[in-house]
Amino acid sequence: MKSTVDRGGAAQVVVSSGLTRRSFLSLSVALGGGLVVPLIFPVKGSRAAATRSPASATFAPNGFIRVTTDGRISVIIPYVEMGQGVYTSLTMLIAEELEVPISKIDVEHAPADDQLYANPIHGFQNTGDSLSVRVTWTPLRMAGATARTMLVCAAAARWNVPADSCRAENAEVLHPPSGRRLTYGALVADAAVMPVPEKVPLKDPAQFKLIGTSTPRIDTVAKSTGVAVYGIDVRFPGLLVASVASSPVKGGRVVKVDDHRAKAVKGVTQIVVLDDAVAVVGEHTGATRKGLALLDISWDAGPQGQYSTETLVAELAAASKRNGVVATKKGDVAASLATAAKRVDAVYQIPLLAHTMMEPMNCTVRLSRTHCELWLGSQAATRAQSAAAKITGLPLDAVEVHNQFLGGGFGRRAEFDVVEQAVRIAQKVDRPVKLIWSREEDVQHGFYRPYYYDVLSAGLDSSGTPVAWSHRVVGSSIIARIMPRFFKAGLDEDAVEGAYGPYTFPNLLIDYVRQESPALNTGFWRGVGSTHNAFMVEGFIDELAFTAKQDPVRYRANLLCEHPRARSVLERAASLAKWGDPLPTGSGRGVALAFAFGSYISNVAEVSVAPSGDVRIKRIVCVVDCGRAINPDTVVAQMQSGIVYGLSAALYGRITLKNGRVEQSNFHDYRALRTDQMPQLDISLVISSEDPGGVGELAVPCVAPAVVNAIFVATGKRLRTLPIKPEELKRA
Amino acid sequence: MSTTLTINGASSTLDVDDDTPLLWVLRDVLGMTGTKFGCGIALCGACTVHVDGVATRSCVTPISTLKGKSVSTIEALGATPAGKRLQAAWIKLEVPQCGYCQPGQLMSAAALLGHTPHPDDADIDAAMAGNICRCGTYVRIRAAIKAAADPAAVAPSGAKR
Ligand code: FES
Ligand code: FES
Repeated sequence: MKSTVDRGGAAQVVVSSGLTRRSFLSLSVALGGGLVVPLIFPVKGSRAAATRSPASATFAPNGFIRVTTDGRISVIIPYVEMGQGVYTSLTMLIAEELEVPISKIDVEHAPADDQLYANPIHGFQNTGDSLSVRVTWTPLRMAGATARTMLVCAAAARWNVPADSCRAENAEVLHPPSGRRLTYGALVADAAVMPVPEKVPLKDPAQFKLIGTSTPRIDTVAKSTGVAVYGIDVRFPGLLVASVASSPVKGGRVVKVDDHRAKAVKGVTQIVVLDDAVAVVGEHTGATRKGLALLDISWDAGPQGQYSTETLVAELAAASKRNGVVATKKGDVAASLATAAKRVDAVYQIPLLAHTMMEPMNCTVRLSRTHCELWLGSQAATRAQSAAAKITGLPLDAVEVHNQFLGGGFGRRAEFDVVEQAVRIAQKVDRPVKLIWSREEDVQHGFYRPYYYDVLSAGLDSSGTPVAWSHRVVGSSIIARIMPRFFKAGLDEDAVEGAYGPYTFPNLLIDYVRQESPALNTGFWRGVGSTHNAFMVEGFIDELAFTAKQDPVRYRANLLCEHPRARSVLERAASLAKWGDPLPTGSGRGVALAFAFGSYISNVAEVSVAPSGDVRIKRIVCVVDCGRAINPDTVVAQMQSGIVYGLSAALYGRITLKNGRVEQSNFHDYRALRTDQMPQLDISLVISSEDPGGVGELAVPCVAPAVVNAIFVATGKRLRTLPIKPEELKRA
Repeated sequence: MSTTLTINGASSTLDVDDDTPLLWVLRDVLGMTGTKFGCGIALCGACTVHVDGVATRSCVTPISTLKGKSVSTIEALGATPAGKRLQAAWIKLEVPQCGYCQPGQLMSAAALLGHTPHPDDADIDAAMAGNICRCGTYVRIRAAIKAAADPAAVAPSGAKR
């Protein structure tokens, strides 16, 4: 198996014959003595640690950059590192303008602070929606340029020369005519008292030295040697640990607990009973997990004790008959459907999904009467902070959040349920406590990707061209709960994101019916609305192409007059995949296309389906145009990553309920793709100087639709519901 | 009753129940947090360590089974030649994303190279299928194992950064 990567080095499509890599660290360096005790950057620290540092003066022209007299240059990154590489790519944005090599920069997690660090789109400190680069592309370069301009002015004033006769390079200011130079550290005291200029010029992109060049990730060494610290790894003297069992049914209550056997376990110090959960607290997790297994808890299931997936689907099917809130309307869909030469109707469904980040949910709490400290990896630090403030009654500024590396986030770590639970437990324990959820708790108490039940209709004219497209989205609204200011007049903008793809239809109607379930929580799941809708749209458009007896690539391309970049990724993917070349019986290729997160992506999947119905994904070709790629290798990594995440969901992902309880519990029945099931991945990046688009979620949307479209070619069976079930593909 | 274990060449005497899984002794008692918890029931590989050189899921390994055996963890991986080569390849190929599964991946890979110095794809599948990576770094893990197995075969990259 040879997967390939093409970072778009040539104008022509070139797919390298193997995973060619640039030299990140020369092997000799990597093999040298520095490896076991690697470069560690102070990601454990926060502003508090920095203010305690002995440096006498600090130049901090904005919330993102701090230079001290000892020459230490730190950047404070408000978007969390959960694998997507933002600590590196955002640092690159600053470093490019600040004229400092990445290796000289320390990266710190930002503290919780909406004043300084709110995501400008979301209105609070939040890492999600593949926005981190998009919302910092200009501000962080500006932050770097501002600091550099001030340091240059400080040097020019010191030398009494015009500022434009000086330049910055490698963390120094130079005055080439005289050969004088000063380090940034030496200029801190002067720069610190200068007024901050309001506007400074940014570099011409043609001058970029760093942006657009594959750059080693800041966190790679720490993560290759086991020293990276995640929330779950936080330790300090006096810390106890806790294991928990939460009510298996949403809204259920603890009735009675028999804890005599749990209490007898060596190392267990306390049993904490909350309304809806029981925690075993102790000296180590071996003891608390053993204790938890020995608890005998009676639960009152509450009103949802009979709820099942069938209930959920019936509620959604009924809701789909209601008129929705109109999201997009053009022309007259009803009239054109009525007069179309051919009408096609379909219902598409996607299941509830859990996130199953590798690092199970956890939160460490140290609580006193006046102060609360939290250690965790959170995508939304200020939400965690206010949740703890609310429960403890402490003012917001008495709650300190020490954000850590996230062992995966995928949307789940934007929630703060575990923070609330950990704080409630900590209130009953007289020492600090680290709560770690089991994998079973994680799978069974998720904020699941909503189940969507979407109704699509299209009208084709006599040539097969779609003249009408309607798509009714039916499901839970996450926006209404998390970002109510974006929930306007009953419309969830995320739920309908991409509901007609990048295509142009003369008559168009997108509407949304909100249907909540009382028995479960829903939340953002990697790929969000775009992933949900791409499955529906790309499956349905494929149906239309086959109904019209037209080639699915050509059929799509003809509808892309508003999105030439979509057309070029589509055509490039088809060409790389040798679209049209014959395949053996039982095999097929399928295509999918999306415009999502400001980027364009197209996948071609090649699959084979055995007579038993078993599906083997053989190859995925992925062509991406994300505008200017900050760190191209990270873009490639995110494509590889999103494809695997999407395949896990397409092949296995399904959370179901019975008697109000989630039926799955761990990786045996909520499976993830493993390495022996990996297809060949061929990733190709389009070189572009457009503004950067998002990439962290970008690869997820087109995976499942490309695969089901390939299965249709291989078997003639059109799958409109995920996950793919081999029993439905069995040939007699 | 106390148990004595040999971990990364050093012996530790532990005052915990002898059915305690090694994982929690490492993480919570000895403070060696490089070994990760992912599932607790031998399904994900995040907790992989070596017991006498064999890749072992520490989450289901009671310390009572380790008397007289030698445990080694991610913290000591760089001290072995194969481990060092693997870590160098991991770094060179930028394998980790969130990084949480990587200690387990590296320990499984090191055990593989211990018995199969030049693994082919089938060997890698067999040795590595027990290690889940939710970030989907599998392509790079495979390439890094091959690079570590045969450093000379990895074409030196001309790209300067
Ligand atoms: S934690 Fe041991 S295999 Fe998953
Ligand atoms: S790197 Fe995140 S789980 Fe493997």
